[in-house]
Amino acid sequence: MPNEIIHANEPGSIVVDDVTMTFNIAKEQFNSLKEYFIALTRHELKFKPFHALKNVSFTIEPGESVGLVGTNGSGKSTMLKIIAGVLSPSEGRVEVNGNIAPLIELGAGFDRELTARENIYLNGALLGYRKEFIDENFDRIVEFAELQNFMDMPLKNYSSGMVARIAFSIATITEPDLLIVDEALSVGDKFFREKCERRINELVNSKNVTVLFVSHSVDQVKRVCDRCIWIEKGDLRMDGPAKEVADAYANMKR
Amino acid sequence: MSQNTATELAPKKIKDGDAWYPTSQRDMFVVRQLVTKDFKLKYRRSVLGIAWSVLNPLLMMLVQAAVFTRLMVRSDTSIPNFPIYLILGNTAWSLMSDATRQGMESIIHAQSLLKKVRINRWVFPVQKVLFAVVNYTFSLAAVAVVMAAFGWTLSPWALLLPLGVLYLTIFCIGLSLLLSSLAVFFRDVIHLWGVVLTAWMYLTPLFYSVSILPDWMASIMRFNPMYLYITFIRRILLWKMAPGLLVHGGCIGFALLMLGIGYAVFRKTEDRFILFI
Repeated sequence: MPNEIIHANEPGSIVVDDVTMTFNIAKEQFNSLKEYFIALTRHELKFKPFHALKNVSFTIEPGESVGLVGTNGSGKSTMLKIIAGVLSPSEGRVEVNGNIAPLIELGAGFDRELTARENIYLNGALLGYRKEFIDENFDRIVEFAELQNFMDMPLKNYSSGMVARIAFSIATITEPDLLIVDEALSVGDKFFREKCERRINELVNSKNVTVLFVSHSVDQVKRVCDRCIWIEKGDLRMDGPAKEVADAYANMKR
Repeated sequence: MSQNTATELAPKKIKDGDAWYPTSQRDMFVVRQLVTKDFKLKYRRSVLGIAWSVLNPLLMMLVQAAVFTRLMVRSDTSIPNFPIYLILGNTAWSLMSDATRQGMESIIHAQSLLKKVRINRWVFPVQKVLFAVVNYTFSLAAVAVVMAAFGWTLSPWALLLPLGVLYLTIFCIGLSLLLSSLAVFFRDVIHLWGVVLTAWMYLTPLFYSVSILPDWMASIMRFNPMYLYITFIRRILLWKMAPGLLVHGGCIGFALLMLGIGYAVFRKTEDRFILFI
């Protein structure tokens, strides 16, 4: 489609148009003014450009469930962060429409000194939930996480699995327009992992939620997603039906 | 809806209007949550709790009054009440130093969040300033205690206090925006600011009067924004007079100037924060 600009007009749609992400890796890391100015005056500020993503384009329609695969360091997480809006691309255009529930590093937005109850409100606010909505759905969140008896305990006493339970529960208590799952399901016990996968499947099957799913488990991608995008060393290698792409990725010759 | 097994919590489709704030309204709830969080954490597991916000300025004032009263009352007889003079200056100064110290590090401390959630980054420095303002309001109780102890009355000019605090708040927001972005790129700024604050404190007539300064120093004092904000507050509460056009204009001018600089620097650099935190 030459010269035709596609926009993400409907909630849940994503347009990634010719995105390049370049990190300038400084040969040295400057953390102090002194070092920086010394290097600056000696003309020793050298940067090595590193392309985490190279001219990647794809469009995701509302309700699609898309798996993102690739070897470590291929740019999957960079792509997710760009879509989640925390990183802006060096070149190209990204449009994301709708409310995003990011399940990236579960529990990253929590304060370990606060109780679970207080964290649910804090995290809900960060996701953009209304206060009244959290009030009404508080019990459902706690129930899904199965942590009814631990609500007034500071989070520092929680295990990482318990934290993950709460984070997952908050983010999926309602249907976001876009759910981003970044290997989140690797924490937590077997039962909760299965429960999370069931919940994600529910959201996928509702067709109201666009799901973007990063996993190293090819089987999981095949189970959850309809479509799969394979990013390898910053290049878009393959984009198509989940089974086809996931199998191609699994059979890749190193 | 059955509540027996958790998976039966059917996906209840709640449309945007119900579950989510529109993007433009989210920041306020986040700021409120963060201020509440700071407040709870500050006094958690402390016996006196919030009373510290009142006790702290009182104790500080007592020490300074004990040390400096004889010195000051002799050199400047125009100060109507030295303890009130002290506590008004100290509390306003603490507002600025707390706000900027915490605002400066706010982006660095929010790194895990900034890497995960799309959120307007200015929320963090602004939230720290507002937290300092909340503390300032509590320390006004200490001011009230001292005023009551001396049977001090208020004139209608006292009604201008919220305005003065507003100017100071805007000034602090600008300064915090500036410092928080600089601190992301150069951690030295954090140490440097500690030194600057100490020097600035001695250069601001908190426990002395501007009249004891040599003429040249007294004349450049009008370019010290903190002197202007403190003078504004002292004039309306202590001298029971109008803040004066020059002081009033200076307060507004420095607030807008600082906000402009802070905002410009912050906006220009914020996209690169994530690469450095």
